[in-house]
Amino acid sequence: MKCGGVCSVAIELDKIYAVWLREFKRFTNSKGRMVGSLGMPLLFMFALGSGIGSLMPGLNYNLFIVPGIVGMTLLFNSMFSGVSIIWDREFGFLKEMLVAPTDRLNIVLGRILGGATTSVLQGLIILLLGTFMGMSLPAAPQFLLTVLVMALIAASFVAVGIAFASVIREVETFQLVMNFVIMPLFFLSNALFPLDKMPDWLRVIASLNPLSYGIDAMRDLLLNAGAYPLMLDLSVLFAFFAVVTVIASYLFGKTSI
Amino acid sequence: MNIIETEGLTKKFNGFTAVDGLNLTVKEGELFGLLGPNGAGKSTTMYMLTTLLKPTSGSAKVNGFDIKTQAHQVRTSIGVVFQDHTLDDRLSAFDNLDIHGRLYGIPGGERQKRIKAVLELVDLPEWADKQVRVFSGGMKRRLEIARGLLQTPKLLFLDEPTLGLDPQTRRHIWEYIEKLRREGVSIILSTHYLEEADYLCDRVAIIDHGKIVALDTPAALKNIVQGSSIQIDCSDPQKLLAELGKSKSVKHTNAKIAGQVLTFGTPEPGRAIPLVMKLAEKAKIAVNSIETHKPSLEDVFIHYTGRSIREEKGSGVDEMRRRMFRGH
Ligand SMILES: Nc1ncnc2c1ncn2[C@@H]1O[C@H](COP(=O)(O)OP(=O)(O)O)[C@@H](O)[C@H]1O
Ligand SMILES: [Mg+2]
Repeated sequence: MKCGGVCSVAIELDKIYAVWLREFKRFTNSKGRMVGSLGMPLLFMFALGSGIGSLMPGLNYNLFIVPGIVGMTLLFNSMFSGVSIIWDREFGFLKEMLVAPTDRLNIVLGRILGGATTSVLQGLIILLLGTFMGMSLPAAPQFLLTVLVMALIAASFVAVGIAFASVIREVETFQLVMNFVIMPLFFLSNALFPLDKMPDWLRVIASLNPLSYGIDAMRDLLLNAGAYPLMLDLSVLFAFFAVVTVIASYLFGKTSI
Repeated sequence: MNIIETEGLTKKFNGFTAVDGLNLTVKEGELFGLLGPNGAGKSTTMYMLTTLLKPTSGSAKVNGFDIKTQAHQVRTSIGVVFQDHTLDDRLSAFDNLDIHGRLYGIPGGERQKRIKAVLELVDLPEWADKQVRVFSGGMKRRLEIARGLLQTPKLLFLDEPTLGLDPQTRRHIWEYIEKLRREGVSIILSTHYLEEADYLCDRVAIIDHGKIVALDTPAALKNIVQGSSIQIDCSDPQKLLAELGKSKSVKHTNAKIAGQVLTFGTPEPGRAIPLVMKLAEKAKIAVNSIETHKPSLEDVFIHYTGRSIREEKGSGVDEMRRRMFRGH
């Protein structure tokens, strides 16, 4: 292929796009799974929202929980997407990617973008369904910022999933990630309970959980009810994203078939 | 030019030596076979040569590039069909090929042309838009071969390309492989099917416990075991044997006569037959029938290892278990 620098950049971008495309096609080819993965968040949003809401006077819990459930959807789908490299190792596709003349970094970036895209799409569906809980969608600038926040949350947790999948070799270990990483990240956050109503120990843990800052940013943008300043939320999200992306790239760079 | 050169290529897994000091050269345009039972180290060798596993010691050059220091160039110049399936079942055949082409940096228009060409090569054009999970085992294998060829590699690795396929599908795959050879693609193929190595390969390395025990053309390997023999049913076997002794044009050993049948060992029975016929005609001996027994690569394997290759042929379940235990 005889072409200059611009052309070789385009080829590298096309490789990232290839990995993205695969994630996206897998997503659109299995609509059943997508509908299935929306089930739990919807149950949480409507059942928990109405149930717990009646126990919390002075807080419009119906609305409060919507960003929390969007965060939950992003967390679960993104982690699953990243961790699915374990299945690629098991079912062989990892070899196809690793034997191609494609830098590992480009594979990581493609997967992060692909997983983030599909997670954000599902998060947006939850957000739209949240309007049935009485939430009104914000003006365009806030909405776009919300999507950015969702993308940061999603991308970060895809990266976390990739990092785990690069180190874990057995499929069985996935259960461990589910129970000891994903579940705690969800329950030990502000997704379901307001920070100021938590016991101190839980508040401390939740404030160390990056997911809390993502959900707080969405509450700020969607409900004007953030606990932290928006700038703090965004800074934490960016920093978290940068750190986990570097870690994921490093660990995936060292993984083998 | 040599397309593969290895020097003392070795892979150990936690102290267990899977590949033990392999020295190989494969010439450009050659169809080279690695023949050995399950666990001989064929796949491990393939993984090292395709840069997916780092050798514990030793070195190798593929297409002139060092597998350790020039992995990227090696990957650009090869096509690989792994032993286990590496297609994405949830994608269509076209998408599998399209994504592959992008990963190899093939630009749009050329990519489309190549996809069309390789699908035609393996007779799957009408399946392009079907998801791979509905494909049969043989179709998946063909698609994988097509995918390995998309980037027009100079060298193609085929790790047990017909493993577990029915005889008819195997024949088909052999035809594709022969077609590629005619187009000048160098091929390194591993197999534990003797007939496959014998039928397809220009040269075969027999490997056992990670070591090469013999390396040559299938014909030469079979000559080594001296198992070739001829049985001639004729009117006067004693006289024919005497004629053979006089003429010296046909090498013969261990001659035996039983009734009307003369049996003797000879390295090249194919060549011997017309000479024997001529002698018989001159001596006015009527020949009723001639049979030849040729040694198979199985005889060669037994000659070198003392075991049959088939004894170790694992069932599908064994293979699964083996893969599970080694943590893939
Ligand atoms: N990742 C691994 N860890 C430990 N042992 C392995 C690993 N891969 C292969 N082996 C062992 O190395 C030997 C050679 O395996 P392999 O190269 O797959 O053989 P073949 O392809 O000839 O059947 C076998 O005994 C196998 O169990
Ligand atoms: Mg093998």
